[in-house]
Amino acid sequence: MKLKPETLRRIDEVIPHYPVKRSAVLPVLHLVQEDAGCISPEATEWVAQKLDLQPINVYEIVTFYPMFRQQPIGRRHVKVCRTLSCALMGGYKACEAFEQEFNTHRGATSLDGEVTIEFVECLASCGTAPVVMIDDELHERVDAAKAKALSDQIKQEAAQRR
Amino acid sequence: MIAPPKPDLITVNVDGREIAVPKGTNVIEAARLVGVDVPHYCYHPKLSVSGNCRMCLIEIGMPAVDPVSRTPFPVAASGMPRINWMPRPQIGCATNVAPGMHIRTNSPLIKDCREGVMEFLLINHPLDCPICDQAGECKLQEQSTGYGRGYSRFIEQKNVKPKRTPLGPRVTLDDERCILCSRCIRFCKEIVKDDVLGFTDRGSYSTLSCFPGRALANNYSLNTVDICPVGALTSTDFRFKMRVWFLKQTNSIDAESSVGANTVVWSREGVIYRITPRRNDEVNDTWLPDSARELYKAIHASDRLVAVKVNGTDSALEFAVGAATGLFRSSAGAIAVVGSGRSSVEEQFLTRKLADALEAPTHLVSRVGQGDEILISADRNPNVRGALVVGLIQALPKTRVAGDATPSSRLTNGDVGVAAPVRTGGLTELAAQIDAGRIKAVVSLGEDLAAAGLTATQLAKISIVYLGTHANATSAVAKVAVPTLTVFEKSGTFVNQQFRLQKFSRAVPGPVGATDDLVVLAKLVAAATGTKIADEIGPLWSVLATEVPALRTVTVANLPATGLLLDGTPWAVLPFAEGATLHYKPAAEPAAAGALKS
Repeated sequence: MKLKPETLRRIDEVIPHYPVKRSAVLPVLHLVQEDAGCISPEATEWVAQKLDLQPINVYEIVTFYPMFRQQPIGRRHVKVCRTLSCALMGGYKACEAFEQEFNTHRGATSLDGEVTIEFVECLASCGTAPVVMIDDELHERVDAAKAKALSDQIKQEAAQRR
Repeated sequence: MIAPPKPDLITVNVDGREIAVPKGTNVIEAARLVGVDVPHYCYHPKLSVSGNCRMCLIEIGMPAVDPVSRTPFPVAASGMPRINWMPRPQIGCATNVAPGMHIRTNSPLIKDCREGVMEFLLINHPLDCPICDQAGECKLQEQSTGYGRGYSRFIEQKNVKPKRTPLGPRVTLDDERCILCSRCIRFCKEIVKDDVLGFTDRGSYSTLSCFPGRALANNYSLNTVDICPVGALTSTDFRFKMRVWFLKQTNSIDAESSVGANTVVWSREGVIYRITPRRNDEVNDTWLPDSARELYKAIHASDRLVAVKVNGTDSALEFAVGAATGLFRSSAGAIAVVGSGRSSVEEQFLTRKLADALEAPTHLVSRVGQGDEILISADRNPNVRGALVVGLIQALPKTRVAGDATPSSRLTNGDVGVAAPVRTGGLTELAAQIDAGRIKAVVSLGEDLAAAGLTATQLAKISIVYLGTHANATSAVAKVAVPTLTVFEKSGTFVNQQFRLQKFSRAVPGPVGATDDLVVLAKLVAAATGTKIADEIGPLWSVLATEVPALRTVTVANLPATGLLLDGTPWAVLPFAEGATLHYKPAAEPAAAGALKS
């Protein structure tokens, strides 16, 4: 497992914030995932060793939280809110629009490995439902037209990268 | 003298009955003391409290006190204090008793609670009791009968989970049956210190599993099967072999080391199906190594001796005894007796009698391995202390140095057990005497002299009388070989490392052709001395009581199931091989060394 020096520095920085080492397991896992894209079994073992835990203790946490992933995802991460307010305001339609645009389905990655669509729980912006989060950016009131616009933008950025 | 009242006892009231219990007792244990059963799954007396099954809900209350004067309010009519009951139930396992605490375990609220908890536990539990190995000893089954609602309101689909996941070489998991009590996880973490188990995918599909690539492979893994309150963890060996209610239970002792863990042997119609631990808080708590559970397989080993042999040809016991007697006469004064730390106290006593009659020096084979600091000690002989107590030996056999290790012997090797080899030895003196021609005949009590360090040339120089259970290099060259019984086929006693005298009972009959060691020894003693000696446990113990000082007040009949501690002070200075195990601390090294010098 190879982590960037910057990640290693931040991990070493975050551990002493807690009275006992094991309490740092969530922030450390987030840092590892941010760097490596997912948390592999080797990463789990590395974190366990780092925090004086057994691998199974870390594995329990990784399998519990939906925000930790064990498999790599696409380059862009599209999270469509599925919770009540967004569901009432057309969250399902927005999700279907993205699925059609990228020819994949929720929980899966498009064939070119560019986009992963996830139908997630509350993104905490019920007043502007339905909302979509693309990577770290929140997009509000996503109707069919806006979903198309966002998809086009993603496709355009992907084309530029090639 | 009147014993002073114990200061740390506190009085509590369980269902209207007062009882004094030690401080720090929890409600489940306090109720157990008055004979009240508080049903529970996740709580185990030897593990930490996790409080996740919620089955042990009870009501608690404290006597009302005047807020100003802090004195109890009496109730006018009865004079009894008024009790302020807590409005909500509490879990009994995590509630420690307090002075004056009142506990209700049978109120309508508690009945409702138990029915509710049972209903939730049974939501995803499959109804496969008819094919489940745990049936008959299943807490969930017992308590759904005792405390359940009796009918189901469940119309939804049950969760489907894996039915046969191997967690390790000896444990198979049926995930659907698991009620997530976490006893197995806590056992591995707290007792074995091998934290391999955990719940993954917590939620509706919580699964007990190991980290990918790891396994529940430690030598205590089968204890998780014992403590599993349902049929989720099953022994791969015992799985689907036998219904537990058909099995006969016989109390026995783990003979693989000097810890002497208490066991129950489960057998039916002369066949042993499994061995489980028997609770003894002074020896093994409720645990047993996996290796101890496989020992019974040696009974049906292909190299089991079943025919009396004289000079290599099949014979009968009478001729064998006659041949041995002839040998004793022809080599009188040049005989040695090799006793065994695996023989029972009674057999060792008769061995001593035989040695006395033949005026033969006695030796004992040492068997030293690596202790695991839990329930396997370094001394792999279960009964070296017994040989000291009955006077078969005066000093411990000398251990051979690590360099010339021999392969571990039958009772300790196999798939399980501790990897480090067991060093057998202790016969260097005998070897020297054979080389010098002073010893011409040797009586061996089940000990393989070749494995214990004698060379083939030395074996060729002597005539051997061998009493044992399995074939080996010694039985092959013995002039007289008499097949005898394993620990599961006879009764007797062992003295463990704490000098605790513990008895084991015959679980199954021996194979045709094998004779009880005591009978053979008594015949040999009678042939050597000309007088008859008792060859059964009962009569033999009256002889033992008169001739062995340490056993003067003991009889097998009054020996408690958990054993009797003998006074070990006469042998305290001996350099015993054991390190610390679960309930054993070796005597401090410097003190013993100093005592030896002075």
